[in-house]
Amino acid sequence: MKTVLHAVTGHHPSAKPGTAPAVRAVSLRVGAGEQLAIIGPSGAGKTTLLHLIACALKPTAGSLLLDGHDPWHQSRRARLALQKLRGTLFLAPQVPPLPLRQRVVTAVLAGRLPHESLWASLRSLFYPQDIARAHQALAGFDMGDKLFDRVDRLSGGERQRVGLARALVSQASLLLVDEPLSALDPTRSKLAIDTLTRAARERGATLIATLHHVDMALAHFPRIVGLRNGEVAFDLPTMQVTAAHLQALYAQHLHELTGPASAEADELPSAPVPVVMHCR
Amino acid sequence: MPHATIDALPATALMPPRPTVRDPAWRARVFWTLAGLALLWPMGVLTEFKPWVLLEPGALKPALNFVGAFFPPRTDAEFLALLLRETWRTVAMATAGLTLALLLAIPLSLLSVRVLSLSGLAGRMTLGAAVMRQCVRWLLLVLRSVPELVWALVFVRVVGLGPTSGVLAIALTYSGMLGKVYADILESGDAHATSSLMRNGSGRLQAFFYGLLPQNAAELTSYTVYRWECAIRSSAVLGFVGAGGLGQLMDSSMKMFNGAEVASILLVFMALVWLADRMSSALRKNLG
Repeated sequence: MKTVLHAVTGHHPSAKPGTAPAVRAVSLRVGAGEQLAIIGPSGAGKTTLLHLIACALKPTAGSLLLDGHDPWHQSRRARLALQKLRGTLFLAPQVPPLPLRQRVVTAVLAGRLPHESLWASLRSLFYPQDIARAHQALAGFDMGDKLFDRVDRLSGGERQRVGLARALVSQASLLLVDEPLSALDPTRSKLAIDTLTRAARERGATLIATLHHVDMALAHFPRIVGLRNGEVAFDLPTMQVTAAHLQALYAQHLHELTGPASAEADELPSAPVPVVMHCR
Repeated sequence: MPHATIDALPATALMPPRPTVRDPAWRARVFWTLAGLALLWPMGVLTEFKPWVLLEPGALKPALNFVGAFFPPRTDAEFLALLLRETWRTVAMATAGLTLALLLAIPLSLLSVRVLSLSGLAGRMTLGAAVMRQCVRWLLLVLRSVPELVWALVFVRVVGLGPTSGVLAIALTYSGMLGKVYADILESGDAHATSSLMRNGSGRLQAFFYGLLPQNAAELTSYTVYRWECAIRSSAVLGFVGAGGLGQLMDSSMKMFNGAEVASILLVFMALVWLADRMSSALRKNLG
């Protein structure tokens, strides 16, 4: 999907009024099928930028064009079309949005909901309609054996990969992935990023990922956007990104550049929380 | 020797400095405790709350006599057969009432849940959506603020004496309660899964079935079973106005000061509540 941002400014969804915008006058032009990584220190506005592109957040200024359409156009027809448009893009948040008591197969197949009728999705709750597809997507992340496990039995890293598998089964032509590797060990990280980029290439989808791991971004993406304080610091083909660029981008945050913190990698699955009865 | 050096120090140097900072919440805590007591006092006066009346011999004796007549409970075959029939009728009344209430409560709670608003996904909800949700909330409020006893008195005049009026009364009041609490449960949980689904283009009902429902299923079930238990108790009260079931049986036993029968009926109530409790914990274990 061709994505054009023109001087887009946006606030973090939970920001108090009057605070500085998290993303300031960002202009970006991403062609169909292109793959790019957004890097930058914590708090640079990476997640807010992804939310703005995903139509999850309305820009406070500037304009966003997805395949030439303005999703926030004021007409009533555009408002109805917005939800349809959202079906063609997929935002994978950093914390995988999975109900704890759901099975992995259902959680993965939920990625296909926008392209299913309500009736088909209800039938899928009784008997999953596309087990093979879910299994294939999970196998790409070395998770094929967890197909019928419940989400609350999985570790943090496994949950993150289930969230990525959901992105794989969706039919979106714009994949927006927020920190896909934050809970994965190096081997799983490489596998995950390989699977994601290959899947996007195969179906000609645009892939935009925010990454903490600078070396991963440099190794797997042809284009790098450096974000600092909500503004684009550089937007270059990977070949032209120099150490000086990175030093400047991470100035005062050099520890993030040298060692990506993957503190929450594969912690043990926690026991299911007992249901609390509220007396009402 | 280390001891010697420590002993040589002045004693105050070893003591931690005395805290001069006082807990700033202390004053407020005392104030609100006293304010609460001051508010409760006139309420006690207003409700003529005099617990010592209970212990006066004039009041104590008839009460003890009545309670004393509870033992032994009446267990002859004829009464047990009647009891069984009325128990079954009570359970049927509660279940039918609750089912009807669900038919009304589920759509109303889905209409009023803010998490399932598409326009609320990015920023504020549109005016129309917010007004519609508020109206549904008001409807739920009206339904549950009329006590089931009043609804039953209305329906006894419409459909005559019998369980039907009880069923309809339970259905109306409980749909208001269930709808409100369902909406509260659905809104108080983590909305991340649901909003992510809708952000990726799912429909609202799809997001409900794939995100919101699995997230909250156990709590919804447990609350529903608890309400079923309440409906059984309610049906007892409704029996007093002629809606049939155990309540009506208890009414006639009470009027004849037949403590043995009342005791048997109360034992059945306890058994039913125990049953609901077991059912709820089994369901929670399965879903949790």
